[in-house]
Amino acid sequence: MRLYEFEAKNILAAHGASIPQGRIITTPGEARKAAEELGGPVVLKAQVLTTGRGKVGGVKFVSSPEQAEITSSQMLKTKIKDYPVKKILVEEKLDIEQELYVGAAYDEVEKKRIMLCSNIGGVDINEVSQKHPEKIFKTLIDPFIGFQPYQAKELSCALAVSPKVSRAIQLILLKVWEIFVQFDATLTEINPIGLTKDGKLIVCDAHLEIEDDALFRQKGRLKEFAIKERADEARPPTEFEAKAAEIDKADYRGVAGRVMEFDGNLGLLIGAGGGSLTTFDAVLNHGGKPANYCEVGGNPPTRKIYSLAKLILTKPGVNGLAVITNVFSNSRVDFLARGVIKAMVDLGIEPEKYPILFRSAGAFEEDGYAILRKYGVKYYGRETPLDEAARLAVEMMKNRE
Amino acid sequence: MAILIDEETKVIIQGITGREAVTFTRSMLDYGTKVVAGVTPGKEGQEVYGVPVYDCVKTALKNHPANACIVSVPPRFAKDATFEAIDAGVKLINVFTERIPRADVVDMVAFAKQRDSRIIGPNSLGMISPGIVKLGPIGGARDECDKVFVSGDVAVLSRSGGMLVETCNLLSSNGIGQSIAINIGGDPIIGSTFHELLPLLERDSRTKVIVLFCEPGTVQEETAAKFVSKTHYSKPIVAFIDGKFVDSMPGMRFGHAAVIVHGEAGSTKAKAQIMREAGIRVVDYHSQILTEVRRILQGVS
Repeated sequence: MRLYEFEAKNILAAHGASIPQGRIITTPGEARKAAEELGGPVVLKAQVLTTGRGKVGGVKFVSSPEQAEITSSQMLKTKIKDYPVKKILVEEKLDIEQELYVGAAYDEVEKKRIMLCSNIGGVDINEVSQKHPEKIFKTLIDPFIGFQPYQAKELSCALAVSPKVSRAIQLILLKVWEIFVQFDATLTEINPIGLTKDGKLIVCDAHLEIEDDALFRQKGRLKEFAIKERADEARPPTEFEAKAAEIDKADYRGVAGRVMEFDGNLGLLIGAGGGSLTTFDAVLNHGGKPANYCEVGGNPPTRKIYSLAKLILTKPGVNGLAVITNVFSNSRVDFLARGVIKAMVDLGIEPEKYPILFRSAGAFEEDGYAILRKYGVKYYGRETPLDEAARLAVEMMKNRE
Repeated sequence: MAILIDEETKVIIQGITGREAVTFTRSMLDYGTKVVAGVTPGKEGQEVYGVPVYDCVKTALKNHPANACIVSVPPRFAKDATFEAIDAGVKLINVFTERIPRADVVDMVAFAKQRDSRIIGPNSLGMISPGIVKLGPIGGARDECDKVFVSGDVAVLSRSGGMLVETCNLLSSNGIGQSIAINIGGDPIIGSTFHELLPLLERDSRTKVIVLFCEPGTVQEETAAKFVSKTHYSKPIVAFIDGKFVDSMPGMRFGHAAVIVHGEAGSTKAKAQIMREAGIRVVDYHSQILTEVRRILQGVS
């Protein structure tokens, strides 16, 4: 769960880091008032859960409260990478001499936490990492020892800054570590951390991601900082995706998940995790036009399959359906078949006349196939590879044109 | 035997009275696996399909010598359960539990390393040496397992549990058996990665070919490829990567942390390239795993 910049900054401030004076606003009037209170030039920063907002108009400098009002009213009407701007952080404009980077993450290869810092901050740190990996300094952390002051010292020494700044860097590194561990974060970054003319460090932008699987033990901390639990989204969900999520939520049994909308005509009910990815790739590679992506697995009950099938079949533009799953270990093929057929019948679709292809195998497969035979649906079993089934589905759609 | 498990494997199941554990205990017993004891705190004296339940791993071990554990407890208790098994001296621990916080996995892995135990998983459906023994729910009930897994010379390692079954099904239904099939787990941090299992398979006289089922994210495939190049790995490897479309998903932003830490984003395109450069045969379609493995086994490469 990614936090908003202002949420991450509040946490850093509570741990003793310096953050700019600022206010969160949701209306142009509030922006004006905030600018008046802060005095002098301010910066308006759109609070959206995406990276690189600066390049697309998400960060604007203004010199007066009037301008703050006008600019914020425009900003509140725009979208940054599909995210509507609902909140803006109004902050004092800082006088920064140098921008640095500090961060904490996981090293999946070493299977340890890692602390990072760099003299190059305020830019795309990914680019620095790929082009100048030698400019990012790293320290792996022994889980039984934790991040120690001497390691903070070693990292700050690598930065070759003045002794005063070096001490400030060490303190900030230790705070970042503390937050990273306490909040079960998967990533904590201050990018940039600004060095002011008088040699102080101030958090210009902050990025904190809490691991979803650890939220169960973070409820108290989130409450303390008035942070609401929420699901991360690559983009805001479409109406179709929101309905699919509701279907999944309505029954805890089995997965009908990660539904994504696409603009093709072939509806897909595919499973499970890796099977969905494999099948979707194959559909695209064979020139198919999927209407959606989804993952079906973990033995969902008939009712769940039924609702999902109905949603996909009634999606505008859908005129064919492929039900393709890997060989199930624990999901029942008959539930899958029954759910799909029932959805078709209830929608007044005659299965034997509709372009539909079915490939599944595993528990209760004979019962499942019997249902499909009865309704005249073309089906394949374990002898047909997933990508072959995908190819046949694409061919079926071409033939109907 | 191939690697890790054989006729001598004796298993303790932690969390044996849980719904899913009860089901896979049954399927393991049916498959012939020696499930010698279970552990659920507060339920000592009970039985699950005749398997005695204890409060502690050490007591279970005292009464029933074992050399492997399966951890199937709720995520918040998984670290402690794994620690308990390691401290009791169990050398192979298969963690079935999914959604364990990364911070806990890091601790589990570190303690295992210190005590020379091996963790497979977390979020692993288990492993199977066809016809001999299986750990965990992989493949489901006995009759389903028999349709999917056949004894042979191909080792299959997979990040996806479902696709481990599908991949073995593809091979078996075309007459190609497996020496061992392992679901290493789909999480970003796992006890045993591809490159940590490859040396064991290289030494295993039964295994002739290795199949890797790969996924987007992490730099596990990249690390395996570097290992293969560096060590001049002697056995042929066939790999398939799912989720290629994920590379081009707008706003996916996956891999940010991986780029900062490793300079690589874990895209499927980059994985395929580096693996091919290392001599791993990366196929585009899943069914081509069969074509490629067959070609290798027939000695026409």
